[in-house]
Amino acid sequence: MKDYDLFELAVRNLRQSKLRNGLTTVGISVGVASLVAMLSLGVGLQQLATRRLAGSGMFDTVFVTSKQDFRGFDREDDQKTEHPEKAPVLDQPARDQMTHLKYVTEVEPEVRVMGEIGYGGETHFGFVTGLPMSARENEAFDNLQGKFFSGSAADEVILLNDFAKELNPKDPQQLIGQEVTLRYGERHALPADSSDRPQLSGAQSSDANSGDDFGFSVVRKSQALQVVGIIQEEPYGGMRTVSRGRIFLPVDLTEKLNMAQFTDMRSSLRGGGGKTYMTLTVRVKDPGKIAEVQDAINKMGFRTFSVLDATKSLRRFFTVLDLFLGIFGSLALAVATLAIINTLVMAVLERRREIGVMKAIGASDGDVKRLFFAEAGAMGFFGGVLGIALGFAIGKAINVGTGIYLHRHQLPSEAVWIMPPWLVGAAIAFSIVVSLLAGLYPASRAARLDPVQTLKYE
Amino acid sequence: MEASNPLQMSSPTTSKAPPAIHTDNVCRYYPMGAGLIRAVDGISLTIERGEFVALLGQSGSGKSTLLNLLAGLDRPTSGSVVVQGRDLAKLSSEELAQYRRNDVGMVFQAFHLIPSMTITENVELPMRFAEVERAERAQRVRQSLEQVGLGHRLEHRPSELSGGEQQRVSLARALANRPQLLLADEPTGNLDSRTGEDILNLIRDLSLSLGMTVVMVTHERALAERFAQRLIFLGDGKLVSQEALA
Repeated sequence: MKDYDLFELAVRNLRQSKLRNGLTTVGISVGVASLVAMLSLGVGLQQLATRRLAGSGMFDTVFVTSKQDFRGFDREDDQKTEHPEKAPVLDQPARDQMTHLKYVTEVEPEVRVMGEIGYGGETHFGFVTGLPMSARENEAFDNLQGKFFSGSAADEVILLNDFAKELNPKDPQQLIGQEVTLRYGERHALPADSSDRPQLSGAQSSDANSGDDFGFSVVRKSQALQVVGIIQEEPYGGMRTVSRGRIFLPVDLTEKLNMAQFTDMRSSLRGGGGKTYMTLTVRVKDPGKIAEVQDAINKMGFRTFSVLDATKSLRRFFTVLDLFLGIFGSLALAVATLAIINTLVMAVLERRREIGVMKAIGASDGDVKRLFFAEAGAMGFFGGVLGIALGFAIGKAINVGTGIYLHRHQLPSEAVWIMPPWLVGAAIAFSIVVSLLAGLYPASRAARLDPVQTLKYE
Repeated sequence: MEASNPLQMSSPTTSKAPPAIHTDNVCRYYPMGAGLIRAVDGISLTIERGEFVALLGQSGSGKSTLLNLLAGLDRPTSGSVVVQGRDLAKLSSEELAQYRRNDVGMVFQAFHLIPSMTITENVELPMRFAEVERAERAQRVRQSLEQVGLGHRLEHRPSELSGGEQQRVSLARALANRPQLLLADEPTGNLDSRTGEDILNLIRDLSLSLGMTVVMVTHERALAERFAQRLIFLGDGKLVSQEALA
């Protein structure tokens, strides 16, 4: 029998017992809907978590320090380092080298200094930190008032709302677009004194810091800045050095201004050359490539840290969660499978004579089997489509419900339920496959019927 | 007459062409408890092409079982059933289905139309199994129904027709794949005598015009004598006697 004839006959037979087949199909659709709703919830929660974590800016970042510094923080690591004092320092060439590593998008120092903002004749103390341009993607800037820095070295400043209130208690927002004065300490290299400097001439460096081997002085400077934006919460969830500030400048500007940091003390103690960094944050294109980048930097002789292990266990958690959601969702589908078997077994009993007639006029065992298979498959298909629609409605309801709940708690609404396109296709295919499996027994039972017996007693 | 020599049993119109049907000591036994029912017990007979043969006998004489063996619906316990040169006992179940589909048309006492299908769909069904193209199917359905005088009731359901009309539909369905052999199991059993005669007239006309071999099971000897060319009497699964009619 040709496929279209098979399908036509199958649909025609299904329509003969509309109520029973309809109920079975609804049963399948409920099963598919529960599976789809559960898996979509898993996908939604995972995406939500990933979004939140990616927004925190912790999961695509490697923190790099020199093995010369902070010894004793990680004893195991220190035992492996034979001569820490010979380990490479984090200087400009090392930073350039990291910038050129594969998958690295940004290498920035962590800058955090004390400063003062002058506005309206008053000065206000606060910590100043440097933010890279990539910080724009951080969730703290989701509710940014005003705009982000126009360039990585622009004379602009973003203020934390609390600080802005200090400057202008009545209407902090009015600060946007206003000019303020930043007072800070500039790191000023001491001029070389020829009599005191026998061998250590920092002649290798050609930049302004070449005299660093003997120290620096801190000179009070001021800089006019335009307030471009105000944020409500600290960037990176307050978890990084640069998040603990109230005055945010583009990181390149902080370097240009040559701000003196506490960590410069360490550089001056070490001596021997140009400016060094205490910590560099290396941003990686894809959190999945963190390990690779971390490896490459370790090979350069630096100490690295990332929260990769946390993401690993997170991924494991979601795999297990998906599994359990899938199992619970499948329970309803398993019940629906029994309904299909029941419906088709009943159909075989009811249509015994019809099957006998079909065989008598030329249907092969295979034709009969395929016909029942097609009926099971058709129920699976329609049940799957209906189930997707039903699952979609359930998901929308979950999202609306979650939205209302979050709104009551003054939280922004989140889509916790996301149906990816692949799930639509997969659910329908799965529904058809399950229905076909359920049709195996009834179909082979129908095919085995003896036409002589079925036509006998009439 | 003796039933032992099949050649002598053949009709007077014997020709050189191979016979339509030839059975050789065919048996069909059913187990029943500890015993065995010998429904067909060593029947040998030959039926020529284009012949109209009636199988007569009382209930349980084995005539329907023999018909089922000829139709390829059942397999013999022993012996052979050769139809148009093919031994049905040796065919696979798929080949048997193919044989039923293309070479045999069957008509039943209870009509056995599918009640949920229209007349057209019922007649079309064997052609679906034979994978006849859709356009040709429509044409052949109309042709078959016109042959049995029902060209105007294409979209009716079996329940809307009289018994005689249903049997005509059943006949049209049997003719749909243009078989060489028509097997009829008590085709008039559920019809009044007048309608029964009409149906048998139709079968005889079709047999003559299409050159079909017809084997009909009946217990109505009078009717059989009027339409068949030869009567074959069965009793207890054995061939009792044969009678050629002019």
